[in-house]
Amino acid sequence: MMATERPPAAANDVYRLPPPLFHARCRACWFLLALAVLVAVSFWSLDLQWGRFFSADAAVRMGRFLVELLTPSIDSRFLAKLLPATLETLAMSVVGTLLAAVFGLLLALPASRTYAGDRAVWRPPTRLLLNVLRSVPELMWAVLLLIAAGLGPFAGTLALAIHTTGVLGRLFAEAIENAPEGPGFALRLRGVGEGRVFLYAGLPQVLPQLLSYTLYRWENNIRAAAILGVVGAGGLGQMLAFHLGLFQMAETSSVLAAMLVLVALVDAISFGARRWMTR
Amino acid sequence: MVSAASVPAIGLRDPAWTRRVFWLLAAAVVLWPLLVLAEFKPWILLSPESLKPTLRFLADFFPPRIDAQFLLLVARETWRTVAIATAGLALAIVVAIPTALLSVRILSVSALGGRMATLPALMRVVVRGVLVVLRSVPELIWALVFVRVVGLGPTSGVLAIALTYGGMLGKVYAEILESGEAHATTSLLRNGAGRIQAFFYGLLPTNAAELTSYTVYRWECAIRSSAVLGFVGAGGLGQQIDASMKMFNGAEVSTMLLVFVALVALTDRLSAWLRKALG
Repeated sequence: MMATERPPAAANDVYRLPPPLFHARCRACWFLLALAVLVAVSFWSLDLQWGRFFSADAAVRMGRFLVELLTPSIDSRFLAKLLPATLETLAMSVVGTLLAAVFGLLLALPASRTYAGDRAVWRPPTRLLLNVLRSVPELMWAVLLLIAAGLGPFAGTLALAIHTTGVLGRLFAEAIENAPEGPGFALRLRGVGEGRVFLYAGLPQVLPQLLSYTLYRWENNIRAAAILGVVGAGGLGQMLAFHLGLFQMAETSSVLAAMLVLVALVDAISFGARRWMTR
Repeated sequence: MVSAASVPAIGLRDPAWTRRVFWLLAAAVVLWPLLVLAEFKPWILLSPESLKPTLRFLADFFPPRIDAQFLLLVARETWRTVAIATAGLALAIVVAIPTALLSVRILSVSALGGRMATLPALMRVVVRGVLVVLRSVPELIWALVFVRVVGLGPTSGVLAIALTYGGMLGKVYAEILESGEAHATTSLLRNGAGRIQAFFYGLLPTNAAELTSYTVYRWECAIRSSAVLGFVGAGGLGQQIDASMKMFNGAEVSTMLLVFVALVALTDRLSAWLRKALG
């Protein structure tokens, strides 16, 4: 009468073992192993002098540094020199960013493919150029430019402009390529030339994005401009390197404070500008 | 068709003319002092006393120096640059993980019942403040200070990267952990799991891919900045480029620039591939 009684199904597959921690196709395991080897070899191959670093002597010197850093110099004659350097740094960052925005846009045009049938012959070479400009940091450009532009803020401005042109050119090109094609297509269909298609269809669509990228790079560039002077390219960095070299910690501390204030100020302006634009 | 003659003269006037002129003039008035401050004099580049050494230096760029002995040196310095970045980032992670864990709000037991208790909230503010200080001083300045305290060498570079990147990673790790899905973690905490358990079984698995991909991206940045740190004496490619620049040896500089650009492109590719593989 009774049908064969089935045992109730187990909640879990009882006999299945958990997967082994390591098996040959576990990508994460190989990744972690490679990482561990890389880190271990890095530490092993560098002649790191932890002994000297954590010696009592270094600790005492470090402590004295820090204590002296907490008492910034507010001597009025020194402050009279600090203010122009701060303004110089600000000017370097603004002029560098503006130049980069202009040249970045000029290079972004050949570096972008705006419609499906666009042959864009200049796209690969321009992208290569932008990548090279971008991959050399500002400080390295500044060192290279010291020969041509001499010591002073001009070299720093050019260095910022060159590196940022690479960054912004790439970002601008991406923005132009990602813009909707409709308006440009409508104009092109009526035989409007490429230049005016960009001015009346492409540019109005991407302009907010371009401005926001430019503001973002300005925030980066004020940080870069503050330290570029370490290699002699003007501004606050030059003062910092000078006073730190002479172990005048009170002055160094004031320069650092000026840098932090300047960076905070630019961040605030940039934030305000963004809010104003998106209002 | 409407011919140009039949359009009334008023229609041909640009309606935004006055606004355009005003903004152009305003920009010129603001820009002028900035250009003066940045000592923006492009004609300097073309003056004979700067053009001649520049051209001689650039002519020296080709052919790059590629004898075996020099290439071996460059290879060693390139490895040192990578090693400084890797070791610095490894230490930065050591700084970042505990600070991120301390400052994540999701892991607070008292916050489960509504408001966080005063002491844990205060602790989180303090930890975040420390991270702000660590990352707001650029790595180049940390390196300058360490070079003054313990002398030249890679130790300063490693520590500088560790401090600045520790501050950045700590902040971003905490943000990633907080922006993810908190449900699993809070369930674990509510059911009596410890905070470490909740982290390992709830918070970490949901965010592991994003954390790893951000860390890989930062490693790429660290390689660029470790090359820059060489210019203040922290070893690696930067120090070698600096030395060759001081001797006006264009052939050596050009080899090292090529190697550096290739290194950056390579890490760029590697990091993009890794991030894609991690999803």
